[in-house]
Amino acid sequence: MTDALSDLLATRDWVLADGATGTTLFNMGLSSGDAPELWNADAPEKIRALYSGAVEAGSDLFLSNTFGANASRLKLHGAQSRVQELNRLGAALGRDVADASGRKVIVAGSVGPTGEIMAPMGSLTHEIAVEMFHEQAEGLKAGGADLLWVETISAPEEYRAAAEAAARAQMPWCGTMSFDTAGRTMMGVTSSDLAQMVGRLANPPLAFGANCGVGASDLLRTVLGFAATGTRLPIIAKGNAGIPKYVDGHIHYDGTPDLMAEYAVLARDSGARIIGGCCGTQPAHLRAMRAALETRAPGPPPTLALIEGTLGGFSSARDGTEADGSGPQPRRGRNAGRRRRDG
Amino acid sequence: MADEDDIILAELSDDALVEQMMDDLYDGMKDEIEEGVHILLDRGWVPYDILTKALVAGMTIVGHDFRDGILFVPEVLLSANAMKAGMAILKPLLAETGAPRMGKMVIGTVKGDIHDIGKNLVAMMMEGAGFEVVDMGINNPVEAYLEALEREQPDILGMSALLTTTMPYMKVVIDAMIAQGIRDDYVVLVGGAPLNEEFGRAIGADAYCRDAAVAVETAKVHVARKHNQMRAG
Repeated sequence: MTDALSDLLATRDWVLADGATGTTLFNMGLSSGDAPELWNADAPEKIRALYSGAVEAGSDLFLSNTFGANASRLKLHGAQSRVQELNRLGAALGRDVADASGRKVIVAGSVGPTGEIMAPMGSLTHEIAVEMFHEQAEGLKAGGADLLWVETISAPEEYRAAAEAAARAQMPWCGTMSFDTAGRTMMGVTSSDLAQMVGRLANPPLAFGANCGVGASDLLRTVLGFAATGTRLPIIAKGNAGIPKYVDGHIHYDGTPDLMAEYAVLARDSGARIIGGCCGTQPAHLRAMRAALETRAPGPPPTLALIEGTLGGFSSARDGTEADGSGPQPRRGRNAGRRRRDG
Repeated sequence: MADEDDIILAELSDDALVEQMMDDLYDGMKDEIEEGVHILLDRGWVPYDILTKALVAGMTIVGHDFRDGILFVPEVLLSANAMKAGMAILKPLLAETGAPRMGKMVIGTVKGDIHDIGKNLVAMMMEGAGFEVVDMGINNPVEAYLEALEREQPDILGMSALLTTTMPYMKVVIDAMIAQGIRDDYVVLVGGAPLNEEFGRAIGADAYCRDAAVAVETAKVHVARKHNQMRAG
């Protein structure tokens, strides 16, 4: 099966993805608490501006403004009946911008988490999760998205549900998790857990990786963890532009374009082929990242010390992938071993 | 799993049983926790001692390992679930016996944010530490916070946000409290993945809590301080 991303990766060493959606829309006047996805219908010119910002800065791929456009998230805004419409509009605006760019630009249909805890711990069943993602996928497909971009996932169960939904919609897909808790996802998934899970999926993604999380340093340690498993799939790195700070009533990320340029080069050296930013990454950052990737020669994978020295410290000393078992271990009660994490 | 080594809780000494309950809490074994609570009650333990010496002590270990990145959300949810089952038995008895109160917290996710995993964890861990918790749920506008504070008269207000788009709303709530002259009547704790200490300070919260375990520790410190101030004043 051919798809736009695989075609691009066949001819290029790296692909520049986009930056922040939420941060950018916030700067355009989105109020705290409003659903950004409603703007796909109510303020399409702003969504075009969001997409154009990334494309003009040199992104080869950008995400649609549909992160929270699933039934569970839209329900909060009384818009759960508009899943299909808002996804279709979000993707169609992207298609327009991409096609008008005069070069090959990929529209990735953003699919964020449901925000619910999956069974058996929570109430969301696999079947309902698949249905929710599938409904969103069909909207994105109808709007002309090239592929699905599942992101910021923390539970393996939810990642698997998204994979199944992509198969149902017959859409190629990519999937990233957010490693924000001592180098793991909130649900305890390590970088090697994800790499191994991806290898076992009936419908594997075109590429997998990490987005958001804590800072650029942590994200690169995660990328090194993916690469260490020897995975053959392309690796995605979408890290935040530094750390959020509160300035004059809004959130400002402290990472400079220069810092994100260093991050992009280190991401490539770490083994990532699809490189972008997440929260706080503006067009100026993307430009600097593109220039650095184009002009700087690839190097060997960086050491953790080099990453720390260039981008700042890690949020935790370890990330759960320590092979020698020297990392912290849970207490072993009488039930130990019965309930192991299913990466 | 009818192992030969299966542990019969009722045959354990008090000390061994409490140790075992702490292990079972760690492993999220709800039925075993309920059984242990009943056994201790039958042996004449006062409810408050069961709460503090077995359940709260056990949850403290869970909290520390969660804080240290050894346990993760799924395990903690199971532990909290087991804790809750034990608490359900003790709660009416605690009220009857006039057990001391740790303090009361009103907690909710801010307007626009439907994420409640972190907030639920904090609520569970706070209950686990013996606090009374009033959970306002998700997507709370400023009016709902003010109304809940008025109605519940808690010691602590907890606010949670998981999105960078919703975290500034915490300041809206704190500013409204200042405008009404009630800000200093409460300890305001904030948390959520995109937040940090600096943000907590910038919006005027008493503290930012990195995770549920830190929230419990911070709450204890602040409530103790508040009580001391009231005594001194």
